[in-house]
Amino acid sequence: MNFETLVFYFLATILLFAGLRVVTARHPVHAALFLVLAFFTGAGLWLLLEAEFLAITLVLVYIGAVMVLFLFVVMMMNLNIEKLRNGFWSNLPLAAFVGILMAVEMSLVLMVAGKTVGSGSLPHAAGYSNTKELGRLIYTDYVYPFELAAVILLVAIVAAIAITLRRRTGTKHQDPARQVRVKREDRVRLVSMPAETLKDSDLLRAEAREGSYKEGE
Amino acid sequence: MTFVAPNLIPALPEIFVLIMASLILVADLFLSDRNRYISYILTQLTLLGAAWITISSGSADAVYTFNGMFVGDVMANVLKMMTYLAVAAVLVYSRSYIQLRNLFTGEFFVLVLFAMLGMMVMISASHFLTLYLGLELLSLSLYSLVALQRDSAQATEAAMKYFVLGALASGLLLYGMSMIYGATGSLEIGKVAAAIQQGGANKTVLTFGLVFIVAGLAFKLGVVPFHMWIPDVYQGAPTAVTLFIGSAPKIAAFAFVMRLLAEGLNGLVHDWQGMLMIMAVLSMAIGNLAAIAQTNIKRMLAYSTISHMGFLLLGILSGTLNGYSSSMFYVLAYVLMSLGSFGMIMLLSRRGFEAENLDDFKGLNQRRPWYAFVMLLIMFSMAGVPPTIGFYAKLSVLQAALQAGYLWLVVFAVLMSVIGAFYYLRIIKLMYFDAPLDQAPLASQPDAGMLISLNGLAVLALGILPQPLMALCAYSIQKSLL
Repeated sequence: MNFETLVFYFLATILLFAGLRVVTARHPVHAALFLVLAFFTGAGLWLLLEAEFLAITLVLVYIGAVMVLFLFVVMMMNLNIEKLRNGFWSNLPLAAFVGILMAVEMSLVLMVAGKTVGSGSLPHAAGYSNTKELGRLIYTDYVYPFELAAVILLVAIVAAIAITLRRRTGTKHQDPARQVRVKREDRVRLVSMPAETLKDSDLLRAEAREGSYKEGE
Repeated sequence: MTFVAPNLIPALPEIFVLIMASLILVADLFLSDRNRYISYILTQLTLLGAAWITISSGSADAVYTFNGMFVGDVMANVLKMMTYLAVAAVLVYSRSYIQLRNLFTGEFFVLVLFAMLGMMVMISASHFLTLYLGLELLSLSLYSLVALQRDSAQATEAAMKYFVLGALASGLLLYGMSMIYGATGSLEIGKVAAAIQQGGANKTVLTFGLVFIVAGLAFKLGVVPFHMWIPDVYQGAPTAVTLFIGSAPKIAAFAFVMRLLAEGLNGLVHDWQGMLMIMAVLSMAIGNLAAIAQTNIKRMLAYSTISHMGFLLLGILSGTLNGYSSSMFYVLAYVLMSLGSFGMIMLLSRRGFEAENLDDFKGLNQRRPWYAFVMLLIMFSMAGVPPTIGFYAKLSVLQAALQAGYLWLVVFAVLMSVIGAFYYLRIIKLMYFDAPLDQAPLASQPDAGMLISLNGLAVLALGILPQPLMALCAYSIQKSLL
């Protein structure tokens, strides 16, 4: 067993442990942190495979951006864990049984065949740039899938906005800019009206009303 | 390393649809609600333009471009034309339905166009990566279309289920593809097939990957035991979206299965034959038996979809060119019937009322005899009664399975379609022999009404004269798979 294999098993053990804890951790913040650990260890595994660019992207994008956002959301949401986990323990035996069974079956199949699979590619020369090679391929040979991925992202944006954006009509919000810009003419309107001459009966009625007001007081 | 610019001519329809979808997305921002119909017309024009480009740029021989990731062959062109037709019909049927339910928005049309773009990418993919990306583009658009009616709890629940199960299926599919890649060293369908033919690839790893691929495909097709999402999604989604999910994507799913199994993994035909057989038997049994117990017609049609997909697998699993072409005929026939049946539900619906229960069809003959007759044709066709298209579709897949030597399977399929006839005939009984419960006058929709007449007559006409369409299917399969 050479050093590389040792590193692989070391990282793989941590990865599996972290993955398991993501599912079993009681606190969502802990689960998210374990996911960070899993990603980071995965990046280490990719480095072993000489995929530096992917490893760095995983750390930068997933850990640096996605998981931090995720942590924010988890912390702000104040989740009720007990309610979410209601069915967890009652379903666990069956789920574990099915999961372990599938894992055993798959490993049995691969155990038989696995011996011949890993042909192992030769390590690249020292000056080899992973990033450059990926960039060259993405914009030439793989330009079609690359464009398709862009379209998928566009659909994601459209869908997210269409589902979440709510245009509420009739909200009574203030617009300070318009309040400042208002002129006297916008608010006060002078209306010229013909003067009215009152008849005697009207005068009498008006006096009576005044009197009743005073009594009311 | 020099870069050779790819030949864009074969992919012109895709490029056109993408440009138009983006254009409509932007143009729709400047339209008031009153002028929203402009988006609708633009969408229909896009379909027309794409059809014209496909006809004028299509060639009889397979053309590869984008470094072997895109193939334009006869099967692709024929299936694309049918997809345009199906999407156009979906839009006509759903126009007034979505207008009444505040779904008549630019997003609806843009998402439909992007979903169609995904289908087109799947139909002419010759690389596992493009197949997968096309599938994701389609699925993502469909998830959001289901969720578009966001104030409806039912629709949101359906979208959530669809999304989670769809993501799981995509994961399975990707895992299987990575196994195949590990065994053959390529993701290009032609090269994968060649590597398997040469026998250099590790058989166990190939079969292991195949299991995951078949499971992922089964999820997308909606066959038992991966069918759980179909009834909930069909029932929960707005009927316009159900109509969309139930029609055009089936064509793309057929192309997906063809490209993956018949072209790429043809060397493993004996392995996937058995898997498809189990799924076909279970689908026909569970689909037909569960449909009997339904009172909601959307749910009933969902179970009927499951059984139809079982029939579709019959042709594919026979593993012959004849079987593939009869499956292609079956899927086209199914799309025609599915368009008619869901279209009818929308024609009977009105503001604030969904004609989604079986009882809503009671006495349709007294209210609108012509609609009842069209529905009768479609139901006869679904049940497989001659002289409708459904009969010939069933006959041809059964013949293909018989030629491949699966007599017991054919006997079982016939038995199951007899059981299935019960719930289709029940609708006819409700329409003709029961008194109507709902006396409200049906809104007149000239365009959708005209289309449903055409749809019903096509079901009949193609049943009387199935030869041209069958010959077209046989020709395109022969041209593309040889």
